[in-house]
Amino acid sequence: MHATDAVAIKVQHLSKQYIIGRDRGGMETFREALSRAFTASFRRSAGVAPREEFWALKDLDFEVARGEVVGIIGRNGAGKSTLLKILSRITKPTEGRIEIRGRVASLLEVGTGFHGELTGRENIYLNGAILGMTRAEINRKFDDIVRFAEVEKFIDTPVKHYSSGMYVRLAFAVAAHLDQDILFVDEVLAVGDAEFQRRCINKMRDISRAGRTVLFVSHNATALRNLCSSGILLEDGAIVKRGAIGEVLSEYVGSADLNRKILPDRRSGPNTPAVLTGITVAPIAGVVGDPIRGTGGFAISLEVKVNEPGEIAVFVECYDDNHQCVFSTGSFFENELNGRRLECGYHLFECVIPGNLLNDGIYALDVALLKNRQTIIVSEKAVMSFRVHDDFDIPDGWNWRPVGVIRPQISWRQSVRRPVDQLT
Amino acid sequence: MLELTQGATSDPARAENTLHEQYFGHEHVTVIEPIRGWCAVDLRELWAYRELLFVLTMRDIKVRYKQTVLGAAWAILQPFMTMVVFTVFFGHLANMPSDGFPYPVFVYSALVPWTFFANAITSSSNSLVGSAHLVSKVYFPRLVIPLSAIGVGIVDFGIAASILLAMMLFYGVGWSLNLLMAPVLLLAIMFTALGVGTCLSALTVSYRDFRYVVSFMVQFWMFVTPVVYPVSLVPTQWRWLLYLNPMSGLIEGFRAVFLGKAFDFFGLAVSAGVAIILFFIGVVYFERVEDRFADII
Repeated sequence: MHATDAVAIKVQHLSKQYIIGRDRGGMETFREALSRAFTASFRRSAGVAPREEFWALKDLDFEVARGEVVGIIGRNGAGKSTLLKILSRITKPTEGRIEIRGRVASLLEVGTGFHGELTGRENIYLNGAILGMTRAEINRKFDDIVRFAEVEKFIDTPVKHYSSGMYVRLAFAVAAHLDQDILFVDEVLAVGDAEFQRRCINKMRDISRAGRTVLFVSHNATALRNLCSSGILLEDGAIVKRGAIGEVLSEYVGSADLNRKILPDRRSGPNTPAVLTGITVAPIAGVVGDPIRGTGGFAISLEVKVNEPGEIAVFVECYDDNHQCVFSTGSFFENELNGRRLECGYHLFECVIPGNLLNDGIYALDVALLKNRQTIIVSEKAVMSFRVHDDFDIPDGWNWRPVGVIRPQISWRQSVRRPVDQLT
Repeated sequence: MLELTQGATSDPARAENTLHEQYFGHEHVTVIEPIRGWCAVDLRELWAYRELLFVLTMRDIKVRYKQTVLGAAWAILQPFMTMVVFTVFFGHLANMPSDGFPYPVFVYSALVPWTFFANAITSSSNSLVGSAHLVSKVYFPRLVIPLSAIGVGIVDFGIAASILLAMMLFYGVGWSLNLLMAPVLLLAIMFTALGVGTCLSALTVSYRDFRYVVSFMVQFWMFVTPVVYPVSLVPTQWRWLLYLNPMSGLIEGFRAVFLGKAFDFFGLAVSAGVAIILFFIGVVYFERVEDRFADII
């Protein structure tokens, strides 16, 4: 094989810039566009920055060998999804060049294009065509797809009558039968119940071992460790680490120990009543950066900038490695805070998570801001992650660690049971 | 690449495979580069994706007939009721001339292609926004979306046209060989609709207020097109102006197809010329902004 043939994906100086509109998400009416064009010159002279630039990816360079299975890791906003979108040709890069050799399929979600009114059979053909399969190819794999999805009996029923489990199974089954040389897979494994996720991961492992080139994007460190041979760690749109998956994951986990995240103010605008500006996690008797011990508690601090006075509350959900929500809590759970009105400016919310609760592992936090108990004004997924190091004391001679999502302090007693007790 | 194309000319079946190989084959090299401004439409790529076009069109047709209570009846009712209303107001009350044909047949023979056109531009201009989930999740030539939106109307057109053929028997208007021209004219209308529809669909992605423009435009456009009135009502020296509206020549052409009149080739040529220009403007504009859809939709 020629040397260059061994390279499946070659990315050179890849950058992607987004222009963020000052007012809203970017949608404007034609009238507004006209008036903006008209007033642009005046505004510039008034010293107002017309638009904000944001680099989602900055000068990425990497190669992926044929048959390599690469995990792309990074926190939210690190540029993982943008990279995948560019590789899938959904959006164009601003700078740089990519060369991909071979048939490409990208799975940014399962069941793209599924229509509820159509039957399972019709949706298989539809989704297959959207994913780039030919009719002949789908015909050949049709029975396998139906068997994998376990929907034989309902194949001619409109999918709107399917249970959500059946729907996801069918959608994944189509995707799992793609035989493209190169696969780009986004967080699609995070669907369905735990049992189905296991099956998906097994199927994905078969695919990875079949000599296909695969790029996975995931927050799930366990899944990535199982599936991938190497990894790329992205941080703020740049590659911080490229190497064996073990090294990349430990670098990622290592950086999670900083336990502090300052959010760029890019989502804020005059129309957002409040915005999350920072978040830290620190042990109760320590400062940010100290490791979090399983036996001691830790505090989550959220800095919120209020732009418009009102009743603002925060809500936090904590997820483990397997996307299982471990707990959720909100500032309004505290009677004293419920209904409190916040003035404009910066505010700090703090909550204390007791010790002997979380097991050893990596956790991610989702944060939402609510206004007037009804409107979710900000919803940040996996806004930061942190590691809990369990220092649970295991007596000498026991080479064992507790398993489970939580690791509570549980006391034991033992006594001799005499037959007479049974009578009383 | 050059060798492949030469092989293609000698053997059509192999040419087919080669084209598919070229876009979906194991040796296909995808190059991703920044947006380059104006660029040509990759017709070969579009052809390679024709299966997706077919599947999406079939999806919309199936959904349309499954979801609505009226189903196929809707395809008949929409132009038919309009015909009844126009016959009463323009035919009877206003005594609109109809070139010697019964007014219902006269107006319906124009309403059938007009309804197709009006639905085609309305649905294609909303098509991209309506398919936002596809655009942001999968790559394919985006032109497939407005194309399939226009394709959906063909079934409705077929149903409405067969009603017209039956009506002609009822009113004693004979069928003629002109009917053979119908597919050509339908294709010309599709080109016009595609030109307008692609432009509007691309504009609607960036500027949502364009969807209101469309319904107004369709209404206005119908009255500057000889749908309710005959071309003969317009003074001869102004006819060229009328035909600058591509739909005038095409609708009048359809009338000739159904009613068996002689074709006005001057009008057809002017209108077809404008239709082709519109088509190119639409498609080129669409291609220019295509790469940005996913970022702003």
